Amino acid sequence: MPVWTLFGLRKGRATTPWPARGQADGQEGVLGMPRFAPDLCGEGCAECAAACPTRAITVRAGQSGADRLAVDYGRCVVCQLCVEACPDGAAAASHDWAYGVCDRADLLNDGGACTTKGEERPSRRGFRRSLHIRHVDAGSCNGCESELQALNNPFYNLHRLGVFFTPSPRFADLLLVTGPVTYAMREPLLRTYEAMPEPRWVMAAGTCAVSGGVAEGGYAAGHGLEGVLPVDLWLPGCPPNPAALIEALLMFLDRMPQRVEGGRLVR
Amino acid sequence: MTIAASAVTGGVDLAPMEPQDLPGAVEAVIAGGGRMQMAYGWYPQPGRLELRYLASRGAGLPFTAWRCMPTGPVPSVALVSPLMGWYEREIADLCGQDFTGHPERRPLVLHAGATASLPPLDPAYPPSTPLAFQPTASLMPEVESPDVQRLPFGPVRADVVESAELIFLYVGEHILHLHPQLFFKHRGMEKRFEGRSPTHAAVLAERVSGVGSVAHALAFCQAVEAAAGCEVPARARMLRVVLAELERLYNHLHYLGHLAHTTTLKVGEAEGKRLEEQAKQINGRLTGSRFLRGLLTPGGLRRNVEIGSWLGEALDRLAGETAVYARMLENTNSHLDRLMTTGRLSRQVAFDQGATGPVERASGLDRDLRRDHPYAAYAEVPLAVAVREAGDAHARAQVRMAEIEASFAILRHCLGAMPGGPVRAECSPPAGSEGLGWTESPRGTLYYAVHVGGDGRIARVKIKSPSFSNWRVFPFTVHDSNMMDYAINEASFGLTVAGCDR
Repeated sequence: MPVWTLFGLRKGRATTPWPARGQADGQEGVLGMPRFAPDLCGEGCAECAAACPTRAITVRAGQSGADRLAVDYGRCVVCQLCVEACPDGAAAASHDWAYGVCDRADLLNDGGACTTKGEERPSRRGFRRSLHIRHVDAGSCNGCESELQALNNPFYNLHRLGVFFTPSPRFADLLLVTGPVTYAMREPLLRTYEAMPEPRWVMAAGTCAVSGGVAEGGYAAGHGLEGVLPVDLWLPGCPPNPAALIEALLMFLDRMPQRVEGGRLVR
Repeated sequence: MTIAASAVTGGVDLAPMEPQDLPGAVEAVIAGGGRMQMAYGWYPQPGRLELRYLASRGAGLPFTAWRCMPTGPVPSVALVSPLMGWYEREIADLCGQDFTGHPERRPLVLHAGATASLPPLDPAYPPSTPLAFQPTASLMPEVESPDVQRLPFGPVRADVVESAELIFLYVGEHILHLHPQLFFKHRGMEKRFEGRSPTHAAVLAERVSGVGSVAHALAFCQAVEAAAGCEVPARARMLRVVLAELERLYNHLHYLGHLAHTTTLKVGEAEGKRLEEQAKQINGRLTGSRFLRGLLTPGGLRRNVEIGSWLGEALDRLAGETAVYARMLENTNSHLDRLMTTGRLSRQVAFDQGATGPVERASGLDRDLRRDHPYAAYAEVPLAVAVREAGDAHARAQVRMAEIEASFAILRHCLGAMPGGPVRAECSPPAGSEGLGWTESPRGTLYYAVHVGGDGRIARVKIKSPSFSNWRVFPFTVHDSNMMDYAINEASFGLTVAGCDR
């Protein structure tokens, strides 16, 4: 055992100082949600909407400029097909992955002015420095779990931020749900929620939990958490990377600003 | 009749088969040194079911496929080849086909209490209609002794893990019986492919099992390429090998870290997960995705991947640190004590029940699709296949450690021998075509059987995932073992639930 202790000590500190200091969020090169500039759209073009496998993009006939496109980032699986399909440079790849929002409407970019910003919401006082999470996999592909597990690796070391995963829903403040909610997981999910003490909150992590993702519908997969549980924190992404998860959780705890409003990265 | 399959390998021999001849034919395959691989049902027309059986006869030989048109109940082959039992139960659940003489005639993929108006895989099944579901208790063996306790664990388990229910029957520390109740996560993914374009379907394939994104998408693309008779450019084939081996690396590093977690070797766990994170960050920097998504498409890659000099340096650094890590694990008695003799899987059970990947190679079965039926550029790279005989948790870990080393060697070769040129060829499968694609994923053999419809879109995809095979095998190593060893044994199998449940 002393050999491993020595080994660990010799390795030094592996944890990133981000987000308190520095830029090392570990996501160099990682692509996020595509950005759209509808002003560049060609006449009558709807290539991006046709390329999207999850119907996240709607092109409104007869409209032009910013009103032309409506993008629901809650449906985006970050596949980049729209970026490749766009002939006019109106869709561009970006590193915008910090898409955690408290209001589902903030994931919708329909060209209009942002209407939901600065909305009053209950304070998380008492939980800001100590949040306990119960995770429930409601039918994910295991991509989200892989990134959630990464949160406790030495690089992100989630504990340092006062956020913990707990085995029992009785000790949990936040129910973090992944997956589109399959027919067989619906009941266990609801029973886990019922077992949580109040106040309790729900996070939809990953595009499947937000809207069903690529699996949506059919005979066995559901449509995400909408209509199943009251959601307090939405984070699309396929899967959301560990830094996106951390940003969303800290935003929820009022320790970081919400970066996305009206489907656009505003800060 | 021969159907198309990936180049180099000689493809697939497809022959008609009368239902009553199936058990004899399966017996002949096994007697000839072959092994059954999978079976599935598909509907050339609504209401008209066709069964397909796939067997491998040995390295370098074409796969054997049978098509079988049932007119009534079909004789089960599960008593001849036990691993086929699950495929037949899946076909019974999703296609409504009855099998006579099946040793375990009960639902597998659909939970007890789920009812459908039509078989869900029938094209006539009404789209976006969820199954009617009234949860009912799963079937368990009768227990007479009052000393035997029943422990249902899950589907929501401790920690961040995938949903599955494990039902133990045990006396004190001694486990008598384990029944894994899986398929809580069944999303009906195979059905979600229907009516999709091959491009969209590749995006779906990446999301069947997240930590197997490359293996799944590659098997799917190769199946479509086989159907289309498309030749993938050399650079794309070698880049595909790079992606597949990068996937193996982060999976195996995670495996070692997680295994150390179960033996309570804290620093060993942290180091394994730190190295996994480094591998994922390399993936992100190289491809824009930590899971290497968004590149594979039928015909090659969606875009070129620039191999900067940073990549070789980063991999060398990771290889050095990983070698030290593996050496330390192999010299830690407390860790090895928990692994050796734990969860022993005999060669015979591994073969009969369908163990695959590192699990079967740790039980002495020397099979690896990369070598036996090479795809992408695997015929051109140096490939060492690690085999161990002990069949215990330690052997399974050792196979993976050796595979990490082999992956680094393959990657080094690829970076040095990367051809130039285009990365994508035109690929559109003709209407009514079909193809089989396969990969050796980090967890073992993965097959995609793809049928193209009359409109050029996907009509049916069957996914044979390695975890579907290994979850069937796993309980055989748990019966008559200790509760204390359970978590270690489960970790040593390196199972995913998403891949199994689909």
